[in-house]
Amino acid sequence: MGKVLSMRDAIARLVHDGETLYAAGFTHLIPFAAAHEIIRQGRRGLVLCRATPDLIYDQMIAAGCARKVVFSWAGNPGIGMLRPFRRAMEAGTIELEEYTHFGMLARLYAGAAGLPFMPVRTNVGSDLPAHNPHIRTIVDPYGGGTLSVVPALRADVAIIHVHRADADGNAQTWGIIGEQREAAFAADRVIVVAEEIVDPEVIRADPNRTLLPDFKVDAVVHEPWGAHPSYVQGAYDRDAEAYREWDRASSTVEGTDRYLREWVYELPDRAAYVQKLGDERLAGLRPAPLHSTPVNYGRYA
Amino acid sequence: MTDPAAHDPPDGWSLDDLMIVAAARLLAGASTVLVGIGQPNLAANLARRVHNPSVVLIYESGVIGARPERLPVSIGDPALVTRAQCVLPMMDLFSFVLQGGHIDVGFLEGVQIDRFGNINTTVIGPYEHPTVRLAGSGGACEIASLARRTIILARHERRRFPERVDFVTSPGYLSGRAERKRIGLAGGPDAVITDLAILRFDDGTGEMYLETVHPGVTVEKVRHETGWPLRLGARSGGRVGETPPPTAAELQALSRLRTSRSS
Repeated sequence: MGKVLSMRDAIARLVHDGETLYAAGFTHLIPFAAAHEIIRQGRRGLVLCRATPDLIYDQMIAAGCARKVVFSWAGNPGIGMLRPFRRAMEAGTIELEEYTHFGMLARLYAGAAGLPFMPVRTNVGSDLPAHNPHIRTIVDPYGGGTLSVVPALRADVAIIHVHRADADGNAQTWGIIGEQREAAFAADRVIVVAEEIVDPEVIRADPNRTLLPDFKVDAVVHEPWGAHPSYVQGAYDRDAEAYREWDRASSTVEGTDRYLREWVYELPDRAAYVQKLGDERLAGLRPAPLHSTPVNYGRYA
Repeated sequence: MTDPAAHDPPDGWSLDDLMIVAAARLLAGASTVLVGIGQPNLAANLARRVHNPSVVLIYESGVIGARPERLPVSIGDPALVTRAQCVLPMMDLFSFVLQGGHIDVGFLEGVQIDRFGNINTTVIGPYEHPTVRLAGSGGACEIASLARRTIILARHERRRFPERVDFVTSPGYLSGRAERKRIGLAGGPDAVITDLAILRFDDGTGEMYLETVHPGVTVEKVRHETGWPLRLGARSGGRVGETPPPTAAELQALSRLRTSRSS
């Protein structure tokens, strides 16, 4: 069936020790199910790139998967800090490469577009370039003065969570699409995780909604609720309680380990995680529906 | 945080409320506002409901013209998308909308803010060996660099208002307006709103000065909580006014917003 794999097989085949990973999604569509499977399979030495490491990387850092983090905002949105990442940063036990959001986005754009770097009108006046030698300046060859530049970011593998995909990997999503398209095109291998697998005709009925064409996708994983505790626009809301629960649990190393045992190691897969969450909690996360007006593409026979 | 009990006026509102309200009032004439994470989100949504219904709220997540029915818990909340006018990829938002010159007000929060409006949200202590590691820039550096003006929210405590920040995450006037101009940046900080006062920046030097104190707050208190000899009323001959207290309508809207927050 096309490129459809189980999450276990997709991670086993496409994510290897020591590689550079970009798990995409800005607040929205964060691929937690994939991260938990990476933790269960015990990957080590990963270079984790993400504008906002969020809980997904905090948990991978806590589980010992990461050697280095490349990022631009390391908070727990609406709550505070990422405690295990902060502990690692303050102890100096993890390598950091820090940019601004615009810097990270421009790096992905360059990586996706096959360019060596991108000029950006930021960084100047900030202390960041003094601590990150990869942020440099060039002279505008057309006479516009000096410009800050950031290097292209290329990842070995990107993981992209979407609303729906067909079995070949044509992937559609809506709501905040963040840096997902750039991240996919900036990676050598792409895993698409979809809430729903649909017939190719569903994709072709609305091509403007397509984030990625299938030739950029190596594996498709069908994983309902795979972005929990982040959200999927229109399908389920962000589980704010889960974000708070991680904040409380991760305030100690013991609590962190207990949480990872309970929600990752002792569960075989995402289906078991969803079952553990329970129907009542899941129902409470479903928004009332609100549909857009269908558009007319026309037939040109 | 300042001890709220010691300063809260008795008639049903707090200095925290006034901080949000005073910041929202400053958006009365704004056309487009790029809303940063934290308290600016609350103040910007209050401004849209009370002071400036036509303000276009823009979020770095790519959302333009947000009209959230609930208070968004983060700048990437799904409530921002539903009934928004436009959602862009983030690279388009940062490149075309912000760098392209379409942001009137950048609305930010600072952990540390200094005499010339430079903001630190990266690290307390040295970068390589931090005492406290903070979240970092996110989009704040480019917002502070590229918006036509910046409004900053912060708690007014001496340790948060040093003469010079430990780390410049987001440039204000650096060492003064002349330096900001020299490195090619337009715009700059317009006001700092705290739980004690409203502060502005000298038209010539770019140094922060005290414009108004909130009701019940003394000038001495503000000076005590500021890490350099704070100048007074640069545009009013040294006179410091009083911030008008929140109105009933402002307080009601603020209360409704807070209770609309998702669980």
